[in-house]
Amino acid sequence: MITVNKLVKRFGLKTVLRGMDFAVQPGEFVALLGPNGAGKTTFLRILASLSRPTLGEVNIAGFKLPGEASQVRARLGVVSHLPLLYGDLTAEENLRFYARMYGIANSQERITEVLEMVGLENRRRDLVRAYSRGMQQRLAIGRAVLHDPEIVLFDEPYTGLDQDASSMLDVVLKTVAAQGRTVVMTSHDLARAEELATRFDILSRGVIAASATRRQVKKTNLLEFYKQALAG
Amino acid sequence: MDDRRRAADQSGQWSNDHGQNAGGFFKAIGAIVWKDLRAEFRSWELISAMLVFSLLVILIFNFALELDIKTRQSVTAGVLWATFAFAGTLGLNRSMALEKDRGCLDGLLLAPVDRSAIYFGKFFSNLAFMLIVEAIVLPVYSVLYNTNLFQPGLLLVILLGSVGYTSIGTLLATMSVQTRARDILLPILLFPVVFAVLLAAVRASGGILDNLTIADIAFPINLLITYDVIFIAASFMLFDSIVEE
Repeated sequence: MITVNKLVKRFGLKTVLRGMDFAVQPGEFVALLGPNGAGKTTFLRILASLSRPTLGEVNIAGFKLPGEASQVRARLGVVSHLPLLYGDLTAEENLRFYARMYGIANSQERITEVLEMVGLENRRRDLVRAYSRGMQQRLAIGRAVLHDPEIVLFDEPYTGLDQDASSMLDVVLKTVAAQGRTVVMTSHDLARAEELATRFDILSRGVIAASATRRQVKKTNLLEFYKQALAG
Repeated sequence: MDDRRRAADQSGQWSNDHGQNAGGFFKAIGAIVWKDLRAEFRSWELISAMLVFSLLVILIFNFALELDIKTRQSVTAGVLWATFAFAGTLGLNRSMALEKDRGCLDGLLLAPVDRSAIYFGKFFSNLAFMLIVEAIVLPVYSVLYNTNLFQPGLLLVILLGSVGYTSIGTLLATMSVQTRARDILLPILLFPVVFAVLLAAVRASGGILDNLTIADIAFPINLLITYDVIFIAASFMLFDSIVEE
């Protein structure tokens, strides 16, 4: 579903990704873990076609980046720590706007379906600026899956959420994954990653330092695996 | 999900090639304009700031210059365009800042549409805001300066000047909003580039107010049209590279 070969990303003289290889199979939930500055967000922005790779190959759902970015974007949903929503529009208006941008016909039906999924059906006519951070993040997930993408990228989705909001987000994330989508999530929260992901990749100094499935990690624990990967 | 997606693709419910056809391109432009107008008519954040600023500039000029009626008429074109230019900068900055601050610019860029559709959507929204402010400023100016500004020729020049100003302004605002010094950077980038448009607009407006013949004002008007075409074409070509990291 996602294949990345020898990916390099430079910002001026600074090299963030140094020949990174990465692959995800359809339906996998991959947690991309790593310290601050490891290049997680940069990597996700390249997958989302928001940033152009300096060198290397990126292939998503059979389409190459950056050449076939439009086809990739149609198959991709992105949730970041920013909501990507307009505060002066209602939840329904925000989703209607994105439905138009993605060319979704019969959008009303789909909008209702998505709002029910993220538990905001009864707040659909409220302005987004009146939403709590947790509600905005749930709506952001609704926005990301509105066009029914095969792949969803989550960049630190729990940033700024309290315990209750995080728990509610867990439920929504599990629902998204249970729908058979391929998910790549960056996070600092090892406990949440352990609960949700089927595979764990540790990104350190611009390359994948270690990779393990849930079964492999269960034998030790994720924290130990993470520390060993960073030390190595 | 795969079955749902496949069925939806077959029924045409989800269009993966949205960005590849002309219908999708124009729908995306329409969606952005709808979104901007809807949000603005709810908050009045952008238009009210531009309007208050414009009215203050006009009032300040009115009291500072203390001109007789004849001299007032001779400075009208300059005062008018200086007001539009400064207020326009405020509007352009705010319009793009609203996209950037909540990550919405990324939301637009993630849509499977040609990125020039995003440029044109923002351009038409910004132009609409500018024209709304101008439509309110003109009667106020007419009363304060005792000058009739509702002349078809002048309205045409204002439209052409606003198109040129907003077309390049939208591109440069997209560039400056990605920097920390965006409030300062936009005028520094914009005014040297848009100077030619403003000069042509002032000349054409002044000529119309002085009741010159069409032959006398044809040159600045042609210049305005040329700048409009060049700025729109350049922005269309450059927008994609400006928004991509």
